[in-house]
Amino acid sequence: MGESLWFASRAAGLLTLVLLTGTFVLGLFTSGRQATVRWPRFAIAALHRNLSLLTLVFLAVHIITAIVDGYVALDWIDVVVPFASAYEPFWVGLGAVAVDVLLAVVVTSLLRTRIPSKVWRAVHWAAYACWPVAVAHGIGMGDKDLWWVWGLDGLCVVAVLAGLAWRAQRTHPDTMARAGVR
Amino acid sequence: MRLLTDGPQTDLMFPDRVTLIQEVLASGLRGRGGGRFPTGLKLQAVAGRKRLVVANGCEGEPDSRKDHVLLSRSPHLVFDGISLACHAVGATEAVLCVHEGSPLLPGLRYALASRGTTGIRVVEVPRRYVASEESALVSFLGGGGAKPTVTPPRPTERGMLVDNVETLAQLAIVARVGARAFRDGETMLVTVPSGVHEVPVTTRVADLVAGPVLAGGCGGVWLSAARAADTAIGEAPGVAVLRAPRGCGLRDTASILAYLAAESARQCGPCMFGLPAIAADFAELANGVAGQALDRLRRRLPVITGRGACAHPDGAVRLAASALDVFAADVTAHTTGAGCTSTTRRTA
Amino acid sequence: MSTLKLDPIACRAHGLCAELLPEAIDLDEWGYPLLRGGDLPAHLLPDARRAAAACPALALRVTSDVSRGRPG
Repeated sequence: MGESLWFASRAAGLLTLVLLTGTFVLGLFTSGRQATVRWPRFAIAALHRNLSLLTLVFLAVHIITAIVDGYVALDWIDVVVPFASAYEPFWVGLGAVAVDVLLAVVVTSLLRTRIPSKVWRAVHWAAYACWPVAVAHGIGMGDKDLWWVWGLDGLCVVAVLAGLAWRAQRTHPDTMARAGVR
Repeated sequence: MRLLTDGPQTDLMFPDRVTLIQEVLASGLRGRGGGRFPTGLKLQAVAGRKRLVVANGCEGEPDSRKDHVLLSRSPHLVFDGISLACHAVGATEAVLCVHEGSPLLPGLRYALASRGTTGIRVVEVPRRYVASEESALVSFLGGGGAKPTVTPPRPTERGMLVDNVETLAQLAIVARVGARAFRDGETMLVTVPSGVHEVPVTTRVADLVAGPVLAGGCGGVWLSAARAADTAIGEAPGVAVLRAPRGCGLRDTASILAYLAAESARQCGPCMFGLPAIAADFAELANGVAGQALDRLRRRLPVITGRGACAHPDGAVRLAASALDVFAADVTAHTTGAGCTSTTRRTA
Repeated sequence: MSTLKLDPIACRAHGLCAELLPEAIDLDEWGYPLLRGGDLPAHLLPDARRAAAACPALALRVTSDVSRGRPG
C-alpha cells in the first residue's frame, strides 16, 4: 500500500476543492438569476445541487483514505470535531470546520421544504464561510513546494472572486422595487 | 338624524350576547369601511382564544371626512359601539386606531377618560393608504409592519373583530332602538364636496352629487349619471365619499392611479409593477398621445386583478375599468385627437 | 384534488416554476406567475411538486384538498 492511500487522499482533497469552487460559483449564478436559452434557471440550480453532492462524494474519499491510511494519527472523531486531532490540530481542524458547515448546508437543503425558510437561508449563508476555510485547510496541509498545487489554488480563488464580483453587480427589478427604487 | 346628534352617552344597556347578534343580523347593518360586509355575520365569525375589537378610525381614503366628523362630534356613540361589540364577541380589550398625529387624539383621550375603565385603548397608526386595510392593521397591532398580509387566516379567525368606527356607532344605535326601527330609519354618513352629511341610506347618489361621480374615493369607481340616478348611497361601492370629476375624467383617473401606485405596500409583483404601468398608460391616454395606451390597458387590467395579497391592486383596476366605461366618449376623443369633452364642462 | 397556491408576498419572479410546469404556469410581462386555476390533472402532479420544490423563495405550494370527494 505504502503511500498510495495518502496520495489518493491528497488528490481527492484537491478535487474536492475544485468541485467545491464549482459549486460555489454555480450557487452565485443561481442567486444571481443567471440563465441562458440552453441553461434555464432550473438547470443551473440543479447543476449547483448535483455538483454539491459530487463534492460530498470526493470529500468522503478524501477523509476515508486519510484516516484508513494510518500514516498520520487521525481519528474518525477528528472529522467533525475541530482542533482536537493529534496530527496538525489547526490545519486538520479547519478541514473539520468546513465539513461541519458543508454537512449542515446539505442536510438543511435536502429538508428545505420541511424546515422554516429562514433557517434554510441562514445556514446556506454560512456556506460562504465554508469555502475559504477549505482553501486555508488545503494550503496548510498541502505540499508547499508543488507549483501546480499553488496554481490550482490560485485558479479556484480567481474563479470565486470573479463570481463574487459578478454577483455583486447583479440587480433585479423585483429586489429594487421592494426597496423602493423605481 | 342620529349619528351626529346622539353624541352624549346615555345609559348603555347590554342585552344578552346572542340576542344582540341576532338584532344586528336582523338589522341588515353592513360595514361602513368600504367592504360592506354584513356586520352580524362578522360578529358570529369571531373565533379564537384571545379576542380583541379593533375600531378603525384611520380613514385612509384621502377625500373622506366622515369618520373624522363622527369621532369629533360623537365619540361616545363610537365608544358605546365598541363596548357592545366587545360584549357580543366576548372580548375584554379593544383598540381605537387613528392616524399618527391626528388632531382627534386629545378629544378622544378626554372622552375615553370620562368613561372610566373601559378596556379601550387609543392607538396611532402610520399614515399610509394601505395601513388601515384590515390585515395591515392586525399586522401592525401584532408588532409587525402596517402592511397587508396574506389571508388566511382572516382577522376573525384570529379572534379579532375589525370594524369601521361608523359601523360600530351604527351597532350602538341598533342596540338602542332594535332592528326594525333601525331598518326603517337607517342613515349613513357621506362625504360630499360641501362637507359631511347624514342621509337616509336610500338616498340616490345623484341627489347628492350629480353624475358622472366618483363613488368610494380612490378605492371606488366612477358612476355614470344614469347609474348615479339609479343607485342608492347605501348600495354604492366603497367608502361613502362622492365627488365630481376634476376637469377631464381621464386625467383625474390618471392622477388617482398614480397615487394608488405610489401607495402600494410593495410586497407583491403584480401590484408593484402593474399599478405604475396602468397609471402611465392612463397618463398617456389622458394626454391625448396617439398610441397603444388603450390596447395595453385592455390587456393589462385583467392580468393584475386578484394576484396580490390584498385588494389594493383590484381596487385600482376596478377604478380604471370604470373610467374607460364612464368616460368612453373622452377615450374616443383623446385617441382620435379630437380634444376632450371636459373642456365644455365646468366642474367645482 | 390538488391545486397550485402562490404566496404573492414571498414570490420574487424567479420563474423556475414556469420553466418546470409550463402546462399550468405562465409568466406575466413582469415575470410573475399566472397560475391556470382549477384542479391539477393527476399526470401533472409530480412536475407540480418539482416546481414547488424548485422555487428559490418557496412561494409555490401544491395543496391537496383532502376533504373533497370523501364519502360521509
